[in-house]
Amino acid sequence: MTQYTIRRLLLAIPVLLGILIVTFALARMIPGDPCKAMLGEKATVQVCERFNEQYGLNKPIPVQFWIYMKDIVRGDFGESIRFSRPVTTILIERLPTTIELGSIALFLAILIGIPAGVISALRRNSIMDVVVMVGANMGVSMPVYWLGLMLAYLFALKFKGTPFWLPPTGRISAGLVAVPFYEVFGWEVQAETLKYHFLEFFANLYIFNSIITGDWEVLKDAVQHLILPSMALSTISLAIIARMTRSSMLEVLQQDYVRTARAKGLMERKVIMKHAFRNALLPVVTIIGLQVGTLFAGAVLTESIFGLAGVGRMLFEAITARDFPIIQGFTIVIAAGYVFVNLIVDLSYVFIDPRIRLE
Amino acid sequence: MAPELSVKQKDYRSNSLWRLTLRRICKQRSAIIGLTLLGILILTAIFAPLIASYDPEKVLIGVEDIKKRQAPCIHVLGCPEDEPQHIMGTDGNVRDEFSRVIYGSRLSLLVGFSTVGFAITVGTLLGAVAGYLGGWVDNVIMRLLDVLMAFPSLLLAIAIVSVLGPGLQNALLAIAIVSIPIYARVVRASVLSVKEQAYVSASKALGASHFHILVRRILPNSIPPLIVQGTLGVGTAILDAAALSFLGLGAQPPTPEWGTMLGSERNQVFTAPHLVFFPGIAIMLTVLAFNLMGDGLRDAIDPRLSQDVKTG
Repeated sequence: MTQYTIRRLLLAIPVLLGILIVTFALARMIPGDPCKAMLGEKATVQVCERFNEQYGLNKPIPVQFWIYMKDIVRGDFGESIRFSRPVTTILIERLPTTIELGSIALFLAILIGIPAGVISALRRNSIMDVVVMVGANMGVSMPVYWLGLMLAYLFALKFKGTPFWLPPTGRISAGLVAVPFYEVFGWEVQAETLKYHFLEFFANLYIFNSIITGDWEVLKDAVQHLILPSMALSTISLAIIARMTRSSMLEVLQQDYVRTARAKGLMERKVIMKHAFRNALLPVVTIIGLQVGTLFAGAVLTESIFGLAGVGRMLFEAITARDFPIIQGFTIVIAAGYVFVNLIVDLSYVFIDPRIRLE
Repeated sequence: MAPELSVKQKDYRSNSLWRLTLRRICKQRSAIIGLTLLGILILTAIFAPLIASYDPEKVLIGVEDIKKRQAPCIHVLGCPEDEPQHIMGTDGNVRDEFSRVIYGSRLSLLVGFSTVGFAITVGTLLGAVAGYLGGWVDNVIMRLLDVLMAFPSLLLAIAIVSVLGPGLQNALLAIAIVSIPIYARVVRASVLSVKEQAYVSASKALGASHFHILVRRILPNSIPPLIVQGTLGVGTAILDAAALSFLGLGAQPPTPEWGTMLGSERNQVFTAPHLVFFPGIAIMLTVLAFNLMGDGLRDAIDPRLSQDVKTG
């Protein structure tokens, strides 16, 4: 197991290196001069020369790549051209929004998708099955941003004045402040230190922060703001998970050991949960791992619709503004996260199915 | 002797893989619904000029007494007769939304088929070479594709479009590039599974060239999974292309493209929801058609599931 984990981690290195090269190359290939993009079309040659020197853009490309690699190993993603702030700081500000949104969306997708798929498989061809499958088919065919806009229309406008009203934009209502937990606890933290960034990251997870500080008003507000975006974002994953669970369950239910379990008089619930469901889970877990990529891509669209300052939206804005350091840093973090999650999924197989020995 | 032989031939023909598959497809509810939807869509695209009541790019200022972002007006449903009929209302530039949605079907089908066609061609080539040659060639090709797959596809497509510049053609190319790995994998897997079969060795022993073995003996095996994957891929491609257009990176206005139409009116969702609603429904139905078709095809082609149909 340990050996397998190490080997998988080592195997991830070439992929990560490839990601690094691809993002670096793509960022350089984006047409247009970052100087003109930042300082405007009227920037003089002298101004641009100074600008390029400041950001190291006048050095040969291989040298730029080498410097870049060295910095990344040290955890330094450079400084944003647009905001003149370290990319790492921006990442720490933005990542919690996306993580919160993505994990709630994934949670919803699993929480609804798996039971829906199981029930659908058990009551095959029933009304329930038809409803779930029609819903799932429509779910995977829907544009995320369209669903988001429609949900916003329905809940923010049509339900205005009812208890079902939900806010269509932002993470928290104006006037409310999520006080970071380290301030509430009276911890002394110096700004711009590693510890500060670390604590700030968790404090930016509003739901987590408000739970441990016991600020129920902020918690309620933050959850209300998250419902619509996470509903929109979870739909595709939910549909995919429900479909996969259903087909996997159907296959397992036909196995001899399920018949044996029934024949020996086990309670149906036990047959389903212990004998069938557990064995059907493997492909479902694989699919769940793959959803992380879908969620990140969906985050670009969802965040821009619901006015959330997350990683996806930032990355899209950076691409259009040719802010190389942000494009590179964010893409690498997203891709690395994706690779990492799928590694965890592979490792989790051992726990789900003890027959699998990872060597 | 002769009549007996012809009977045998008939039997053989009626049980050919394609015929069997076709018969199974006809038994699949989802495939039939998908096929029907797709048929309607293709007819809509072909006969768009006949169905649409207006030129999709024509601004109606001065032509009719109508305001921008007018709500739908259908005479049968009680809209006053003296108002001009616009089934889906008018958009922000006073164009007939219905005509734009109808014409949009042309672009969507074009997007779906062209990107998947390109991706299948390149993917098949890469996957076949990787699987057939094996060794370091296989390793290099597959690791490169792994890198492509490590990016969420839409993000990579956005990055590629920013390099190439916004526009429909570049968006199509970007979507085609990001969908190559999946086809390469499908082809490689089926090449690997039949490479060592006796009939391939026989062909080798007969002195057939690598090209002949690959194209005539090995690749036909990957056609069924490719068709299934391709059909599902068309849906994804349409969805991704619409997303790029929505972000302003794909088709540019005034082109009647569903994603672009949605994107340009997104801020009006509270005042003119019909301009967001209809293009979205159009995207969903189109993607749904391909997804249902793909699912039906898979169930029809996959023998394991066909058994399941019999027993279940």
